Amino acid sequence: MNRSPYITDAPTISTIMLKVLLALVPGIIAYVWIYGGGILVSLSLATVTALAAEAALLKIRQRPIQPFLMDMSAVVTAWLLALALPPLAPWWIVIVGTFFAIVIAKQLYGGLGYNPFNPAMVGYAVLLISFPLIMTKWPAPLLLAQHPLSFMEQLHFISSSVLPAEVKLDAITSATPLDYLKTQLTLKHEVASITQAPIFGTFAAKGGEVVTGAYLLGGLYLLQQRIISWHLPVAFLAALAFIACSFYLIDPAHFANPLFHLMSGASMLCAFFIITDPVSGPTTPHGKLYFAAGVAVLTYLIRVYGGYPDGVAFAVLLMNMCVPLIDALTQPRVFGHK
Amino acid sequence: MFTALYIMLGLALLLGVLLGVSALLLKVEGDPLVARIDAILPQTQCGQCGYPGCKPYATAIANGDADINQCPPGGDAGAHALADLMGVEYKPLNAEHGLPKPKSVAFIDETTCIGCTLCIQACPVDAILGAAKHMHTIIASECTGCELCLAPCPVDCISMLAVAETPDNWKWKYPVFPIKVVPLHSPTSAT
Amino acid sequence: MNAIVNFTNKLLNNRFGNNKSLNNKLTDIFKFNGGVHPPEHKVESTTLPITRLAIPEKLTLPLRQHVGNLPKVKVQVGDYVLKGQILAEAEGTVSAAIHAPTSGTIAAIAEQTIPHPSGLPDMCITLLPDGKDTWTGLKPIDWRNTPKKDLVASLRASGIVGLGGATFPTQVKLRADGKSGVHTLVINAAECEPYISCDDMLMRERAGEIVKGIAIAQYLLGAETCIIGIEDNKPEAASSMANACIDHAGMLVKVVPTLYPSGDARRLVHLLLGTEIPSDKRSTDVGLQVFNVATVLALYRYFEFGEPSINRIVTMTGSVKTPQNFEVLFGTPLQSLIAAAGGIKPEVSHFIMGGPMMGFDLPNAGFPNVDIPITKAANCIIAAAPRQFAAPPPAMPCIRCARCADACPVSLQPQELYWFAKSDNFEKVRDYNLFDCIECGCCTYVCPSNIPLVQYYRYAKSEIIAIDRAKEAANMARERNDFRIARVEREKLERAQKHAERAQAGKAEINNDVNAEAPTDKQAVIAAAIARAKAQKLAASGMTGTSTEKTIMPATPATVMANQTETLNNETAKPDKQALIAAALERAKAQKLAAAQAGIAPKNTENVSAFVQAEINKIDAIREKAQQATATSKTSS
Repeated sequence: MNRSPYITDAPTISTIMLKVLLALVPGIIAYVWIYGGGILVSLSLATVTALAAEAALLKIRQRPIQPFLMDMSAVVTAWLLALALPPLAPWWIVIVGTFFAIVIAKQLYGGLGYNPFNPAMVGYAVLLISFPLIMTKWPAPLLLAQHPLSFMEQLHFISSSVLPAEVKLDAITSATPLDYLKTQLTLKHEVASITQAPIFGTFAAKGGEVVTGAYLLGGLYLLQQRIISWHLPVAFLAALAFIACSFYLIDPAHFANPLFHLMSGASMLCAFFIITDPVSGPTTPHGKLYFAAGVAVLTYLIRVYGGYPDGVAFAVLLMNMCVPLIDALTQPRVFGHK
Repeated sequence: MFTALYIMLGLALLLGVLLGVSALLLKVEGDPLVARIDAILPQTQCGQCGYPGCKPYATAIANGDADINQCPPGGDAGAHALADLMGVEYKPLNAEHGLPKPKSVAFIDETTCIGCTLCIQACPVDAILGAAKHMHTIIASECTGCELCLAPCPVDCISMLAVAETPDNWKWKYPVFPIKVVPLHSPTSAT
Repeated sequence: MNAIVNFTNKLLNNRFGNNKSLNNKLTDIFKFNGGVHPPEHKVESTTLPITRLAIPEKLTLPLRQHVGNLPKVKVQVGDYVLKGQILAEAEGTVSAAIHAPTSGTIAAIAEQTIPHPSGLPDMCITLLPDGKDTWTGLKPIDWRNTPKKDLVASLRASGIVGLGGATFPTQVKLRADGKSGVHTLVINAAECEPYISCDDMLMRERAGEIVKGIAIAQYLLGAETCIIGIEDNKPEAASSMANACIDHAGMLVKVVPTLYPSGDARRLVHLLLGTEIPSDKRSTDVGLQVFNVATVLALYRYFEFGEPSINRIVTMTGSVKTPQNFEVLFGTPLQSLIAAAGGIKPEVSHFIMGGPMMGFDLPNAGFPNVDIPITKAANCIIAAAPRQFAAPPPAMPCIRCARCADACPVSLQPQELYWFAKSDNFEKVRDYNLFDCIECGCCTYVCPSNIPLVQYYRYAKSEIIAIDRAKEAANMARERNDFRIARVEREKLERAQKHAERAQAGKAEINNDVNAEAPTDKQAVIAAAIARAKAQKLAASGMTGTSTEKTIMPATPATVMANQTETLNNETAKPDKQALIAAALERAKAQKLAAAQAGIAPKNTENVSAFVQAEINKIDAIREKAQQATATSKTSS
């Protein structure tokens, strides 16, 4: 069989996915530290659901199960979705979201390599539209909560949505800074006074910014390992900073500073882990820049003018739709061509 | 009040003149559709479609008299191309008109040939050389493999030979990599 | 080593000191996109010097050893040939001659397995050496005092082709008019593929001859400068080359970083000079020409000694006892090469010709005694063990990670090409510049999904080439068909015209002198002939098939003419004629019936010679016997 080249030197898909998972670990540790161990339950639930759904669908589609389960892409999707959900989301939210991501957004489109949309973001968007109340109810960081829940209490809450008798729901939840900023701005408050609220930390959310920083750390590891190309995170962060800066300079009273946007919500997760999904993203270097910048601009616009506190999921999905166009328009110059 | 009317009238006139001029300037010679269909057809001139050649078939398709799936030598790819061009649904080849065969060329058995020139008259592309009462031979590079010379030959000295694969016309195959290599015949079961 | 290179650089810089841009061009490296750096494995085969292989017992010379037309065989089986004698002559512009690598007898001219990815057999000349190795009369060429045109023309008989692996006939690359417009000659000594070391060893050992060859090539092309590109993993070769060309102004060794595929001609030109040869043009269009080191050495041997191309350096490496470079006569069986390298190790499963990035499997029939000849393209043979060249794991779907695009030295989008090639979308795959792909294999090398990308590109390329050929053939068929239709139409018209003319003439005559008794002689003769033929037919139909006596009515022109004029004058003649025909048909039918009843088959046996009559009788006898036999067998059963 003629099959040159006879030698190869490439990481397998499993290796790539495992490194992505490894890069998420600092973020998860920070998450546990800030919000408690509940997230571990969500992660486990999502992982099991994703693998089970993937295996079932592969079986139905008559594809080899083992190599596709071993590629770990389902686990990456599961983890990203779980990390995007509120930490104390009920168990069925996690399962419904993951199921949707794997079955509808991935396998029904043809499985690994064929999904036009980022599966984790599809799952997230579906949940956000279907269950807006649960999806926007974030627990306060442990150090801010009036009653920090223990791991067992969190587990109990996730599985049955029942709090310990003496604790009220308000006592453990709080608005996220993005949400808070938005509502306060509609009440004609100014940014400077709004950010005096206790939920704000140095840059963005108190506690939340630690998790964001840990994601950044993981992202740098991925860059160093050449798992992701620099184009996407750099373009995303630069564009987000640029647009936030422009608005901020025009009217600092009504628009938050760029650092706040960079460190808030899912910005870092998006920059290094979500838009770097190769399957649903563009492939050309220039295309990557445009794609990431597009996501950043849409994210900002949804945050500031849209109906949802964070816009990452919708921004990514909207830009996913543009990928074929972006790729077609940004073909690099071929050697020897004009 | 008449201004609007005049403007409309003027515009209509202007556009009419423009259209007329462009029709003259950008006139396309002949029937481009027939030529475009003919360009897709394999030009074997075999008549399997029921028409006396590729061009008549192309004309028939253009006029809507013939279907796009009557050309076996064009194969499935040809039917797809015709469907694309005509903007109609693809149809698999109509078996009534024959099935696609591997490309072959006619070969005259020169010991049997009596030199009757009937095949020469039948050949649509003048790919047969010879004169009356002299042995005929086929120019293999010109032969389209239409088989039209087979029927007229009174001594059945023409046969179709499949074009052999040589290092020159050899093609790389579509890569098929089995997920698991399963031995077709295990030595024990071979007996 | 570097000092020497720098010194040469300095020398050159002084020479072109006033030209700043050229200065930059000669010292800078211009990187191309992508590329990979696989493990080199060159050290194994460079520990021993080049060894000349003994003359084997049999030489098999495929006619297909180069790009272009097959050469025309000039010898016959049984001929005794001398070493260097031409066996097959170049045919057409792009073709190369084949020479006898040693003296001996032509044993066969037949199809045999050749080293080709298809594994198909092809025409080969088999030569049985007599061991004397007698040269034919060699004619060195005084190239300095011969017109360039003649030099290039004489190269047609040299059999020299690009020995880097492309095997393009060299005379085509050295323009026949001698006015090539080439200002810079690039010598490709990068040898970027792993395992291969034949050029490396050649430069280490024969730098002097190579440089002389370069001088000849430079002279032929009229190229003032020559840049020799060598990868930095061959310091010994670079230093020996730099030493050898120290006296040659305008010759410069440039060391480039080791990065596969810097040995690709277009990539190397860019690397050395920063010139991107446009995809639709050749290097000569931008004033450059590229030759492999081994090719210029062959040029030197041909002009200086008259030696045609009959051998080359081959790297025998991989899992053999002593990997080494050998000087091998073309046609030498692979077995001799393996034996010289100490034999293969037990784990070897097959042989690869070329490097591990672009090579191909040799046909494995009869392994380990694979009977394949060494050809002009064979720069390296790797005895491959599954451990080193493991079969790839099953391919996974493409995840569009674009690592392939990052590695592609042509800046293509391999993932898109793959997508379209896989789905047989040949138009699209062509739009994405498939034919710029050099099949270097970098994309497959870095693919996390183990997709055999290059296989898909080769498949798509050969399909497109086949489609194009078919299209061309169809166009030709259309043209010929149109011509034929036009011709048939024209002939019909001509015939009709003739008929009309004749009818006109006849009518005119009849009208003019209806009662003419003596028409012009010519017409009378024709008419008489027609009448005779008619009468014969009539007579024949009126007779039994076997009758030999003839009662043809003697028809004189006058009577026939009279008859004819009569019928023409008579309006009732037509129905008469039809009645006649009908009668004739009926008669013929009746005869047939009678003949069938009588058991006699109709024969055309009038006026046959005695010999033919005898033959007929014989055959009739056989037929009768056969009929009887069938009859008896029928009755018996």
